[in-house]
Amino acid sequence: MEHILQVKDLNVKFRLDGGAIFDAVKGTSFDIPRNSTVALVGESGSGKSVSAMSIVRLLPREQAILSPRSEVLFNGENLLRATDARMRDIRGKDISVIFQEPMSSLNPVFSVGNQVSEVLRLHMGMTKAQAWTRSEELLNEVGIPHPKLRMNSYPHELSGGQQQRVMIAMAIACEPKLLIADEPTTALDVTIQKQILDLIAKLQASHHMSVLFITHDLAVVGEIADTVVVMQNGEIKEQGTARQIFESPQHPYTKALLMCRPNVSKRPMRLPVIEDFMGPAGLQPEHLAQRHRGYAPDDEIVLEVKNLSKHFQLKEGLFKKRDVPAVKGATFKLARGKTLGLVGESGSGKTTVGLTLMRLHSASGGEVLFDGVDLLKLSERDFMKYKRRIQIVFQNPYASLNPRFTVGQILLEPMTIHKIGKDEQERVQMAMALLQRVGMPEVSFYKYPHEFSGGQRQRIAIARCLTMKPDVLICDESVSALDVSVQAQVLNLLQDLQDEYKMSYIFISHDLAVVKYISDQVMVMSDGDVVEVANSDEIYLNPKQEYTKKLLGSIPKGWQEEKAA
Amino acid sequence: MSAVLTTNSTAAPIHQASPGLWTLAWRRLKRDKVGMVSLVVVVFFLLMIAGSYTGIVAKNWSKEVGVSYANPSFLSGAVNLEAKVENKESVAKVPYVDLSDIDPLAPRYKEWEERTAKIKVTETPRAETLLFGGDKWGRDVLQKAIKGAQTSIFVGLIAAFIATFIGTILGALSGYLGGRVGDFMEWFYNVFSSIPYILLILAFAAVFASSPAMADFRGVPMVIAILGLTGWTGIYRLIRAEFIKHGSREYVKAAEAIGASHSRRMFVHILPNVSHVCLVQLSQHVVQFIKAEVILSYLGLGVPVDSVSWGTMLAEAQSELVIGKWWQLAAAGISMAILVTAFSMLTDSLRDALDPKIK
Repeated sequence: MEHILQVKDLNVKFRLDGGAIFDAVKGTSFDIPRNSTVALVGESGSGKSVSAMSIVRLLPREQAILSPRSEVLFNGENLLRATDARMRDIRGKDISVIFQEPMSSLNPVFSVGNQVSEVLRLHMGMTKAQAWTRSEELLNEVGIPHPKLRMNSYPHELSGGQQQRVMIAMAIACEPKLLIADEPTTALDVTIQKQILDLIAKLQASHHMSVLFITHDLAVVGEIADTVVVMQNGEIKEQGTARQIFESPQHPYTKALLMCRPNVSKRPMRLPVIEDFMGPAGLQPEHLAQRHRGYAPDDEIVLEVKNLSKHFQLKEGLFKKRDVPAVKGATFKLARGKTLGLVGESGSGKTTVGLTLMRLHSASGGEVLFDGVDLLKLSERDFMKYKRRIQIVFQNPYASLNPRFTVGQILLEPMTIHKIGKDEQERVQMAMALLQRVGMPEVSFYKYPHEFSGGQRQRIAIARCLTMKPDVLICDESVSALDVSVQAQVLNLLQDLQDEYKMSYIFISHDLAVVKYISDQVMVMSDGDVVEVANSDEIYLNPKQEYTKKLLGSIPKGWQEEKAA
Repeated sequence: MSAVLTTNSTAAPIHQASPGLWTLAWRRLKRDKVGMVSLVVVVFFLLMIAGSYTGIVAKNWSKEVGVSYANPSFLSGAVNLEAKVENKESVAKVPYVDLSDIDPLAPRYKEWEERTAKIKVTETPRAETLLFGGDKWGRDVLQKAIKGAQTSIFVGLIAAFIATFIGTILGALSGYLGGRVGDFMEWFYNVFSSIPYILLILAFAAVFASSPAMADFRGVPMVIAILGLTGWTGIYRLIRAEFIKHGSREYVKAAEAIGASHSRRMFVHILPNVSHVCLVQLSQHVVQFIKAEVILSYLGLGVPVDSVSWGTMLAEAQSELVIGKWWQLAAAGISMAILVTAFSMLTDSLRDALDPKIK
């Protein structure tokens, strides 16, 4: 038989609170051939994860309703009809799954070796000693350094990338015929993402298994997928070989997904968004006007940072304290109406720079000159005046808005604190105007954050900052938690606002393509050190430092670039 | 909802409040059958004590309306030895001895008898049976139970409010500020909670009862004060943990970034997000304090003798049980069991309904 898995007319509905029914997957069919990688691509809510989870029957039993017509044939056996005992046997042995968050998928109180060998003992019937030896080989195979030592490590002692490698080791332990990878690299840095992708591709070939790779980012799968399935709103929009999808996409939605991710080689005035493509005329992305970036010598400098450093103190033993440097002497300038991009892997100190500038962390040394005043030396009371002029948009829009406040309260609060606007009525008017400005209907004023999607919440968070009319806006990974398509909309909004209000941005991100798109100047950080600062085109075309080159090398290139290279 | 809205949204300016987390919680509670039944029971009890407080019901609980240990009406046939003894004593004729020759007051007896005859004496006949029986003095046990509920629930509610208030404030300060303030409060908490609970209550009771400053403070207010001042420790720990957790959340950082003060961050931003913990703790402590009041009153440290609570009823019941009069124990025990069970189940349902998973 040619296909290892055939999904036929899969229909999944969910029972919601209050008896409503939600159509999650509407009759999708796709096949996974032997020894190949199939990518399932779509935005959140497109039904891609639901489809994958219904293959291994891991959907919540009370809520999920599967249509009786649906079939999932694994080697000809319909898994939707299989007994629970049979499913337990298949899961982990014939089909295994790796999830997005390796930290929460590993049990923190057992050592890594314990967890890997448990799988082997349960499914392969190995003895303890056999399982232990085999686990060590597996850790070695997935590229964990010093596997012998690491067998006794606990999950928290490993980095995110290493944890994901352990998860992969567990998944391939029983030589599965199908590996389902549910956004396995989304929570990881670009450099680590690259390594994990390479690893999955290598294992797929050496173990002769099939991989179902789920992601919201088309660019990621370009290098590893044989077949691509594009989903939207529970329906399959397009499926075909990777070459077809990347070189001649037929459906406008696929085109949109390909185009809305910022590209390192182009910089249109605005990023194309899904609606541009779904319109009657469609869009010809080749003709978009390009934007020029970079600092000019006569730029007015708003913020000048000299030798900023930050040490965290860790307690060691009873009385000892150890200094851990997070930022070691960062020096940079920010021009009015321009954007400084801050890139680096996690732990490089880029977020600490942002928080220290705003005095959300106390700095250990250095100067932050804003209008010639050193912000770090001001008293709390004097700093209050400057607080409204530097604002921050956080990464996670689900956490940064108080769930017990209405959007109206969220927007009015900063105005009340800083006494902006004559009276309540004027403030309400200003809040309404800002809501419209960030593209939200006025009704939102009376709603609570939980009623909005991630992208909408991020708009609200941006509107909250705008109430104070800041000169400098720090965007701390502000678009990293969003789907690529939503990310494009928020980036466009940020760009429009900058053009309109002449705000300066400090844009912190681990995604180099996004930073390249939005920044005039880029600062690369690693382990608290500033590695390189230069105009963004220069740094991408002509990186001077090894570290910068390595970062640039790990940007997912999609399909076309790879062919060109 | 939006479908309904479109019909009139064009006319009126959109001022449509959407369901907040509390509204959603209420909707979920309404779907929980056990929770709703418990809620009805609890509301019934609250209405009952409101009635007894205003005097609509159980106003005359202290009237001795029945014979001593009057039988419950469903046991009217049972022999009531206690009442017989009492009646015999009152009707027993003492053999008449003529002492008029040596009694100096003898000539006046007649005059006195005439004068007493003028005063009308109406003797209310004592009921042989009462709805749920009577106690030693012939008071209606059912009315006593209702009046007792008033005292017990009042004590439980107010003491729980006080304890939750203290626990929340201290927990918020300790969890949010941390550092030295937090350390100090942890020490205080550790010392306070190292004393066995019952012993602590008794110590407080002894101090309160003997100090002259607290003289007009005895009785119910004293019980409330004792329970409120000793019962905050568990709440403190929970609220402290919640504040530590929320203190590092991004929305609190965002509030700091826009310049919100410490007290604003603590009580305007974080407190509403942990209020479900306060509410659940409050209702759990109501149950706990109702039981504690019973223990205190049973030990004689609770409410004074001229008022009644479930605790005093239970204390009386122990001597009655010996002679087979079980109904006072049953009345207090059953009503307390119903309320406490309903309250506990309501608390469980509340916790489920308020679980902020939907965030």
